[in-house]
Amino acid sequence: MHDDLVFKALADPSRRLLLDRLFERDGRTLTELDAELEMTRFGVMKHLRVLEEAGLVVPRKQGREKLHFLNPVPIRQIHDRWIDKYTERQVSALLDLKNELEETA
Amino acid sequence: MSTIEQTQTTVQVYQVFIKATPEAIWEAITKPEFTKRFFYGAEIDATADRRLVVMGDDVGEDPVFEFDPPRRLVHGWQSKWNEEMAAEEPSRVTWELEPRDDGTTMLTVVHDKLEGAPKTATAVYGAGWMYVLSGLKTLLETGEPLST
Repeated sequence: MHDDLVFKALADPSRRLLLDRLFERDGRTLTELDAELEMTRFGVMKHLRVLEEAGLVVPRKQGREKLHFLNPVPIRQIHDRWIDKYTERQVSALLDLKNELEETA
Repeated sequence: MSTIEQTQTTVQVYQVFIKATPEAIWEAITKPEFTKRFFYGAEIDATADRRLVVMGDDVGEDPVFEFDPPRRLVHGWQSKWNEEMAAEEPSRVTWELEPRDDGTTMLTVVHDKLEGAPKTATAVYGAGWMYVLSGLKTLLETGEPLST
């Protein structure tokens, strides 16, 4: 359910670029983000909305400005759920192989 | 893959959805018997007057600026357990709990006013807060008994 939104949000190069821009410097307005990307403001807004729905970007009001912040938690959860699990298996498979080869040597 | 240079962040925002009521989350973040199970072992007792943090032999007391159970908690932050970080200016942490229609609660943690605490900012960034938040989520969602 929620994972789907995160994967969908990450499956677009423009949205990944937006996340990278926020990683470089967090807490930016739409105008600031718009100025750095070759995209219409409408396009930036649309992508930000998808990122917000996935929880990857959190908007916060600061005075009269709306700032956009990168939320690293959903990516961490995907890492824990998917990447950890499979890399662990690879590592243990390699260890098994190593043990087996060393025993027969 | 290229690595991206990151400028120092003085405002950090973390958001997580937890299958629990705001009341349960509030209890978990303000009572020592719960915090010691997900907050790096720290026993934290927060009231409207102060937030006491006991970590090993170190005891810290941070001011509480807002105490509005079970929706909003704002308190000062100083990493007393590390000499270099303890010498830095205090920063601020805001917890916002917002119940949603699907029975989950959206928890937003904002750690800001980090301008005078660059070492603290680096230490808590990313993995630091995520360890706490994922621990809190697991504790509340796995249905482990919260009180002993």
